[in-house]
Formats: sequence, structure tokens, C-alpha cells
Amino acid sequence: MTRLDEALLRSLTPGVIGVLVRRGADFAAAEDAVQEALVEAVRVWPSDQPRDPKGWLIAVAWRRFLDATRADVSRRRREDLVDQEPVPGPAPAVDDTLRLYFLCAHPSLTPSSAVALTLRAVGGLTTRQVARAYLVPEATMAQRISRAKRTVSGVRLDRPGDVATVLRVLYLVFNEGYSGDVDLAAEAVRLTRQLAAVIDHPEVAGLLALMLLHHARRAARTAPDGALAPLAEQDRGRWDTRTIAEGVGILQAALARDRLGEFQAQAAVAALHADAPTAAETDWVQIVEWYDELARLTDSPVVRLNRAVAVGEADGPRAGLAALAELDAALPRHTAVAAYLYERDGDPATAARLYAEAAQKASNLAERDHLTRQAARLNARRSP
Amino acid sequence: MAKYLLLKHYRGAPAPVNDVPMDRWTPEEISAHMRYMQDFADRLEKTGEFVDGQALAAEGAWVRYDGEGRPPVTDGPFAETKDLIAGWMVIDVDGYARAVELAGELSAAPGAGGKPIHEWLEVRPFLAAPPTVTE
Repeated sequence: MTRLDEALLRSLTPGVIGVLVRRGADFAAAEDAVQEALVEAVRVWPSDQPRDPKGWLIAVAWRRFLDATRADVSRRRREDLVDQEPVPGPAPAVDDTLRLYFLCAHPSLTPSSAVALTLRAVGGLTTRQVARAYLVPEATMAQRISRAKRTVSGVRLDRPGDVATVLRVLYLVFNEGYSGDVDLAAEAVRLTRQLAAVIDHPEVAGLLALMLLHHARRAARTAPDGALAPLAEQDRGRWDTRTIAEGVGILQAALARDRLGEFQAQAAVAALHADAPTAAETDWVQIVEWYDELARLTDSPVVRLNRAVAVGEADGPRAGLAALAELDAALPRHTAVAAYLYERDGDPATAARLYAEAAQKASNLAERDHLTRQAARLNARRSP
Repeated sequence: MAKYLLLKHYRGAPAPVNDVPMDRWTPEEISAHMRYMQDFADRLEKTGEFVDGQALAAEGAWVRYDGEGRPPVTDGPFAETKDLIAGWMVIDVDGYARAVELAGELSAAPGAGGKPIHEWLEVRPFLAAPPTVTE
């Protein structure tokens, strides 16, 4: 009995769906059939791994597809399909995989639908795994996925889409989610790596670099007591230097092509942090320059908020507060940034009040606890 | 992708437009109300947005720790509690705008005379998992 090679199984998923689609199956039916074949593989492979795993999956999925077709479609339609199949020969797996990425991130889908469909059809996860990762009932996730499949049912698979929509979906998988038994961040890295292998695009490389550079810090992001450790307080000895080196290498190759985009610029900021042996040695002047680039590329208020933090480090807290004053105070984390800058400017009373206010507005538990602790630390120091 | 709690109150919310207590409705109006709630939940499951829905009994008690080795102290039920939660629905939606839209629909559940209650529902975001990218 061998261990199931789940990574292999999952990496084959998009290519197998592509083969079924090229043989005439519609995407929704092909995806269902492949999902059933995956379940079958999980059952059978540990004791009897086929010599040609992809061929095995194609054969089983195709049979499941024909069974399902027999159940719902007229005899004539089925016989047409049986007459046409199978088209042997090497499958252009690269194109199949790429088309699936585009389809699952199609702009007609809402972000949560695109994420769910990508994880199932491209990532080869089961509905149950996707449901657990996002803490919703399996029935709800099943409906979300089948609705998403209906939404894209009329989309033709033969033309490429906009790679930016795919990158946004992968970024969402990386950045948000609860991670039950599925490690969503690792899954996002895998899917982005797989995408980078089939498309040559500097922003795909930029996103992969960004993910690797953040992923490398993962062990250090949580303090021994489980609290969130901000970048400045992280034990840099726990950063994964091999992953950082890989991320930096990918980023440098992308930047050398001189087609800058937002993910490359974000990765450049992450690389500058990764490059600093201590927080005090961070090259904040260069980080501000990258945020200026980012602001030009995206005009995102979040970028300008992060830029204000960097300005506060590069030119002093007064300059940071001046940069902050130009931004809408209703922005998420605006109050938290103000609290930090007031503390650095030697005004612990204002900082404590703002930290407490920011904690009330925090959108996640770890951040709320962190901000509450900051307020408590300053209040304890001030009162005898 | 964000979770929201839609909270229904027995007491404590501002008065609704169609403010007739349920025990003054006709039995058919009560059935119509219940059916609306069930249909709403079913529809949300089909759109892939339903997480949970529960109703609470009106009566409960206060409980607190009373020191090492002692049983917890209980008190109540209090008839005069200002804020009394009737039940909730948890939804998983793409954003706040969609949460408000759904709460509006839920608040249109029919009451006396078969007309919408216009009940005030409290919409509260869940605290999410922290994002991975922080700078």
C-alpha cells in the first residue's frame, strides 16, 4: 500500500477536464465527471496506483461522463458522442490548464464563486474541502459551485481571457480564508506556480514572488502565545530563507523585463523587508519609492495608507501623520496607523485612545487583540 | 467573502412599521410568515450564501461563576430585559452591500394583514481571519 500522491492527483485535474471538454463534453458535466474520478482515485490508488495516472483519470472520468449523459440526454446525442470518441494522441495539457484558469476566474462570476470554482476545477479540491476552508455548509458550497458553472456555461473555452482576473482570484485565495484541513495559502502558491509554468507573464511571476515572500514569513507571524506578531517584532531567524531566495530570484527576473505591474511592485516591497537583517535596517526610503510606483499603478487608498506608514519610518512620524491627513479617515486601518504614528511622535495619550478606537473598528480577531494590547500597554505605562 | 449575522429581536429593536404582536395575527398570517422565512433560507442556500439560521426561545436565564468548588449562580428569567434576541441568520456574501440587500428582504416578511412587517434587523459583520499580506 503506497501513500496517495494527492499533489500529483490534483495537478492532473485541470488537464483531464480539458481533455473531456475537447472530446465534446460541456464544462459543467466534464468537471462533475472528473470530480467523481478524483474520488475514485482517492479510493483505489493507495493500493493500486496506475502506471499512467493521467490516462487512468481520463478513462474513468470519460466513463462517468458517458454514464451521466446516458442518464440525462437523448439516445441520439449520446450515440453521436460515442461515435466521435476517443481522440487519442498527446493532449496539449498546457492550453487546457490555462483555459480553465481563465474560465474559473471569468469576470461574470462574483469573487467568492470564482474562488470556489477555481479551487475545485483547477485545484482538484473536493466540495467538502472548499466548504471547510471557508466555514460554510457543504450544501451551500455545492450550490455556489454549480451556480458558478451555470454562469460560465456559455463561455467559449477557445480564447484567452484577461490574466489580471485570474491573478485577482489567486490573490484572494492566498490572502483570505480560514484554512481548516486545507492550507489555502500553500494551495494558492501551488496554483500560481502552475500558472507561471504555462504562461509567460511578468505579473504572474510578480504574484508568485509576492506570495513566496509572504509565505516565507509565515512561521514568524504568530508569537509563541498565538498572538499576531507584526513585521517589526517578528523573529527574523524563523523566516524561511530558501523561499525568500526563490521569491527574490523570480521577482528580479520579472523586473528585468521592464513591464512593471502592481504585483511586482508589491513583491518589491516584500523583498525589501525580507532583505533587512533587523527591522531597524529596513530601507524605508526605497519602500516609499515603491509605494509611489504602486500608487501610480493602482490609485488604491490602501496603498496610500501603507505609504503613509513608510513615510513615517523614512522621514519621521510627523511626515507620516501629514501624509495620513490627506487620506479619508474612514479607510480601514486608518485609525490604527494614526495610533502608531502618534506613539512614535511621543504622544502616548492620543496613541492609547486611538489604539482603543482602532480595536473597535478592526475587521479580524487577531488585529483587534493586537490593537487592544497596544492600548493596554500604553495605558498601563501612563497610570501609576 | 464575508460573513454577517442578521439578528432578529423580540425586544430592543426600534419599532417596526407594521407593529402588531404575533399573538394578534391570524393563524394563516403566522403560517405565511413562517413559510416566508423558510423560503428565504432555501433561496439563500441555492445562491450559495446560507450558513446557518436558528430561532431562540424567549425565556432564558443569567448564569455566572461563583468561585472555586461552588455551583454556578443562576438568575432570571427577567421579564424586563431590555434586549431580547429572537433568532439569527448567518450569511456568507461578497460584501456589505449584499448583506444589507438580504436583510432588507428578510425584513419584508409578512405580518398582520399579510403586509410586510418592516422589522428592524441588526446586521453585524463577523471578525474574519487575518489577511496574509499586511504591508
